[in-house]
Amino acid sequence: MFDLMNPFPLYLCLLIPLGAAIVQIFLLGQSKAQRVVAVGSTALLTAFSFALVAAVKAHGPVILDVGGWAAPVGIRLRADMLSALMVAITGVIGFCGAIHGLAEVPISDERRGYHPLYQFLLFGVCGSFLTNDLFNLYVWFEVMLLSSFVLLAQGGSKSQLEGTVKYMVLNIVASTVFLIGAGIIYASLGTLNFADIALRISQGQGSVTGIRLAGVFLMLAFAVKAGLFPLYAWLPSSYHTPRYTVSAVFAGLLTKVGVYALIRTFGSTFSAHQSFTLPILWWVALLTMVIGVLGAASQFHVRRILSFHIISQIGYMALGLALGTAGAISATIFYVIHHIVVKSNLFLAASVIDRIGGGEDLRRTGGLYRAAPWLAVLFLIPALSLGGIPPLSGFWAKLALLEAIFGVHAWFAAGIALAVGILTLFSMTKIWAEAFWKERPENAGERRPIHAAHVIPMVILTGITLLISFYPTWLFELADIASRQLLIP
Amino acid sequence: METIIILLTGFLFTCGFYLLLRRNITRLLVGILFISQAANLVILVLPGLGSGVSPIIQEGQTAPPPGYPDPLPQALILTAIVIGFGVIAFALVLLKNAYRDLGTDDLDSLKNTDV
Repeated sequence: MFDLMNPFPLYLCLLIPLGAAIVQIFLLGQSKAQRVVAVGSTALLTAFSFALVAAVKAHGPVILDVGGWAAPVGIRLRADMLSALMVAITGVIGFCGAIHGLAEVPISDERRGYHPLYQFLLFGVCGSFLTNDLFNLYVWFEVMLLSSFVLLAQGGSKSQLEGTVKYMVLNIVASTVFLIGAGIIYASLGTLNFADIALRISQGQGSVTGIRLAGVFLMLAFAVKAGLFPLYAWLPSSYHTPRYTVSAVFAGLLTKVGVYALIRTFGSTFSAHQSFTLPILWWVALLTMVIGVLGAASQFHVRRILSFHIISQIGYMALGLALGTAGAISATIFYVIHHIVVKSNLFLAASVIDRIGGGEDLRRTGGLYRAAPWLAVLFLIPALSLGGIPPLSGFWAKLALLEAIFGVHAWFAAGIALAVGILTLFSMTKIWAEAFWKERPENAGERRPIHAAHVIPMVILTGITLLISFYPTWLFELADIASRQLLIP
Repeated sequence: METIIILLTGFLFTCGFYLLLRRNITRLLVGILFISQAANLVILVLPGLGSGVSPIIQEGQTAPPPGYPDPLPQALILTAIVIGFGVIAFALVLLKNAYRDLGTDDLDSLKNTDV
């Protein structure tokens, strides 16, 4: 159904990064022009994605039947509130990453195609959020993965090659598992369209065994992509190796695409089988939270600590999803948005810690509070927010989640969520005490200059965190709309 | 025919996972190849292979001949093969570079980025 009242140009959210990527290929070698296109296109994407959120809020889901074939025969792009919010945050992170890349990515990488790959990555991420078809989601995942492989390996240092090997092998295996899951769904239900799958399951079509088998395959695949216990090993082995810009964008967006896929399938499409899927997710989520935060406690490398915290925070999101109620899913969506902003910001802060403090190893850096008090503020706000200190955004996210957990009287899970929050704060305090308060040690590396482009994205992201912190209602409202649309497809 | 394909799929998965668990980097690559081919076969065989007639509507007819196989899984596999081709091409280059720069083809010695 093509709604004429609603002519939002949804395709632009895909055509902007794709067009930019193609233009960037032709501009290869012309660093300046590429940089202009990179910043311009991501700014344009951000503007359009914000307009998309407004359009979805005003008129409901935006639908585009690609090729003119109506769903379920044709492949449909559909932006409900969840998709729109995710695309909007992708635009913001893409924009901040593009600015940060101006100062962080060397010309040698630009000559080897950094810019087009970055745009293809955003293209893949936006496509994953917008598609309404299971197999199409697989294709978008691959678009995203292939660009991420190259971005991860770009630079060619030994640790990068090693990290990429691990990242690549586990992700290829996960994609294969995803493909099998999609195949089983098609074989048992005869459709791949999300809404159609949900409809046919609720009508009792297909064998329960087939659908649950597919559910197991899909959950396995998405758990790898999201970094859930025990399938997270690729994440802390690879995220600390590439350029800081690449790390920050990956940390913000890629695992969250996995979380999005989990929400889309197990929160909405397969909701008729929740009694089977949610208990598994519940225990996996609790273990993910605990293992992630304990892993971080033993690290002394800024990005390794932060990588483990991604895993632990993914546990919170999965826990919200495992509750399955509308309030919990809305809290999860709030959590995802808050987390993307904060986590990317912390990875950007790591790049400045490296430059000013002389290294990423906490034992060999220090004195940052004296050297750059403004950086201390820009680090402290997202760090405390991640730990859940009121009145910052992480507090509201955790509060909403805890409210949902208390609603089902799961005291054990609530206790774990609170304990993990305290341990998160412990890790953030460790970075703070070692990098900022400690005197600069003798063996610290050389101090390197920083550029305005390092700081601007941090200021933008900190601003967004503060906006969510002091005016959380608008995001809660949008998250509520998103969860209602998910539960009533 | 289905039985043969199912057995073949199982065989490919067995070989693939065995090779994935080896320490040699080349075997790892071959293992990935086997698994992705086996996944394609799963999609092909799951809805049934049909009776061998092509799903083309003959002139003067309104539906394809009876017993035709569903063409969609084949289209899915075609897409998956193309994607797999690109992924394997990248994997080959990456593993070759990793072997050249890290000086080892033993996966157990790739522990520098782990915790």
